[in-house]
Amino acid sequence: MSLVVRAPAQTAAPRRRNVKLGRIVLRYAILLSVLVFAIFPFLWTLAIALTDKTAGGSIYNFPASLFPKAITLHNFVDVYRTFSLGKYVWNSISITGMTIIGTLLVSALAAYPLARFRFPGKGLIFAVIIATLVLPGETTFIVNTLTLKKMGLLGTHLGVVLPTVAAAFGIFLMRQAFLSIPQALLEAARLDGAGELTILTRIMLPLSVPSLAALGIFTLVGTWNAYFWPMLALSGAPDAVPLSVAVLKLKGQFNYDPFNIAAGSIIMMLPVLLVFLAAQRLFMRGMEGAVK
Amino acid sequence: MARSQPLGSKAPRSSSPRPRPRGSLRDTLLSYAFLAPALILLTLFTFYPLAYGSYLGFTEYGGARFAQGLAPKWIGLENFRTLAADPLFLTALGNSVKYLVIVPVLQLASLSVAVLVNKNLPGMAFFRAAYYIPVVTSISLAAVMWDWVYNKEGTLNWALGAVHLIAQGNFFGWLNNENTAFWAVMLVTFWRGFGYYMVLYLAGLQSIPAELEEAAVLDGASAWKRFWNITVPLMKPTILLCSLLSTIAALRVLEEVLVLTNGGPLNSTYTALMYVYSKAFQGFNFDYGLASAAGLVVAVVALLLSVANFRLFRESDGGET
Repeated sequence: MSLVVRAPAQTAAPRRRNVKLGRIVLRYAILLSVLVFAIFPFLWTLAIALTDKTAGGSIYNFPASLFPKAITLHNFVDVYRTFSLGKYVWNSISITGMTIIGTLLVSALAAYPLARFRFPGKGLIFAVIIATLVLPGETTFIVNTLTLKKMGLLGTHLGVVLPTVAAAFGIFLMRQAFLSIPQALLEAARLDGAGELTILTRIMLPLSVPSLAALGIFTLVGTWNAYFWPMLALSGAPDAVPLSVAVLKLKGQFNYDPFNIAAGSIIMMLPVLLVFLAAQRLFMRGMEGAVK
Repeated sequence: MARSQPLGSKAPRSSSPRPRPRGSLRDTLLSYAFLAPALILLTLFTFYPLAYGSYLGFTEYGGARFAQGLAPKWIGLENFRTLAADPLFLTALGNSVKYLVIVPVLQLASLSVAVLVNKNLPGMAFFRAAYYIPVVTSISLAAVMWDWVYNKEGTLNWALGAVHLIAQGNFFGWLNNENTAFWAVMLVTFWRGFGYYMVLYLAGLQSIPAELEEAAVLDGASAWKRFWNITVPLMKPTILLCSLLSTIAALRVLEEVLVLTNGGPLNSTYTALMYVYSKAFQGFNFDYGLASAAGLVVAVVALLLSVANFRLFRESDGGET
């Protein structure tokens, strides 16, 4: 076989190089068309948000509307003022902030004994926490709204936050981080008479900053983007909704001004996009970690 | 699979710490004190709703009964009989099952894209990151943006018109047409999902030893043959995981439907979880019992499909060897 292949090699070499080049061109062509599919909606939204609406013209005037001639930031100011977007931005910050703090706190506290202590029921508790990853929760949102109502928390930010902060993902992540810290360090601290809470706050947490940051960033993106649960839990309190819910309300109410909607969307997307670009590797590796 | 991860799993092997000579009662009390917030919250907002929600499925609860503050009334299988006779639920369940066609398409697409970006050529890191952006996009933003794309005057019609696939006069709103709305919603699910699965496949691809590929190249195997005979078999665990994840996700589709079409037009996009949500929260006759029963049905179907997925892959495994 190999002889047959090798014999015409002299004449075939340039042709093979052409084939190779063609393959590379084809690869890039496919990747570029996938790229257009993936990010076109963003680019168009950005174009609409930056279009000077006073210059007239519809967003549907293709392809002109994809490349606005008169660029302005006025839409951002306009949507911020007329829809009192600041309120919703603040709601998003409040919900996301509380969720991050709560998640980090609850996860770190729960992960410490799971990583470092021996106690009866440890295996069972860990299994039960991991089980929440696969249990089908199709009806939990119904009962959770009833529970929050009973607690008087329906329609409050705390009510949105509380059911989400104890999650297997965070506890598992922090447990892994704590497991990697040398036992000798803890023993030394104990000999010096440090209490467990001191060990946790002075040794474990400072040494787990990368994991805490990862968990914080994941929580930030997830919470900032969340739609269904905050929409449901805050359905009786329209002034308390986060941006993700408000943006769609604006769309329903003010569909005639797509420029402002686009500007509002960009305002909403910006924090997540910046965090993603800064922590891209972390995100993708975090997902890869899920395979193992 | 031994690639380094930044998520703190540096040495998971050195796991079990040696037992300390301290009093174990103290350790136990401390442990439970530290675990208390997590356990209380998980019990209150995960385990209790799972149990109580399942119970509600067998009761009459909601509407007038709820307004008067009466307790749920046990009615056995009545809710399930109602569901079996409700054409809307059957449509919803049918749509959810029909939604599963996204699974093979999504998996094949994201595996192919992963293979394409898994090469040391300039720009690949950029493509990977860009493809991931839809994954970190809120569903409400997706709704705003895709609404414009699908609009009667939107970019999709314009693009199809430009290549003469539709005539100018025949433009229609893709989300308002009962023949297209379902597929239009699915495309958004696809758009938000393919970057996610691509990254999972990428991780799997990078764990394939390069020597295998090189040996196959030396043997003169074509790229296509290498893909089917080396990549796919070695990627089986990842393919199984991804199709399992996307099967369950497809069955649980709710947000896309809610924000893009609210189940319409003519219930063509109404999915099973949409039914659960709307029976419990939309309109005035909210019915927690019936909604919970519908949720149970979805949960059971999800479970069965997961098992079927496992079976399917194991059988095809046996067939090949």
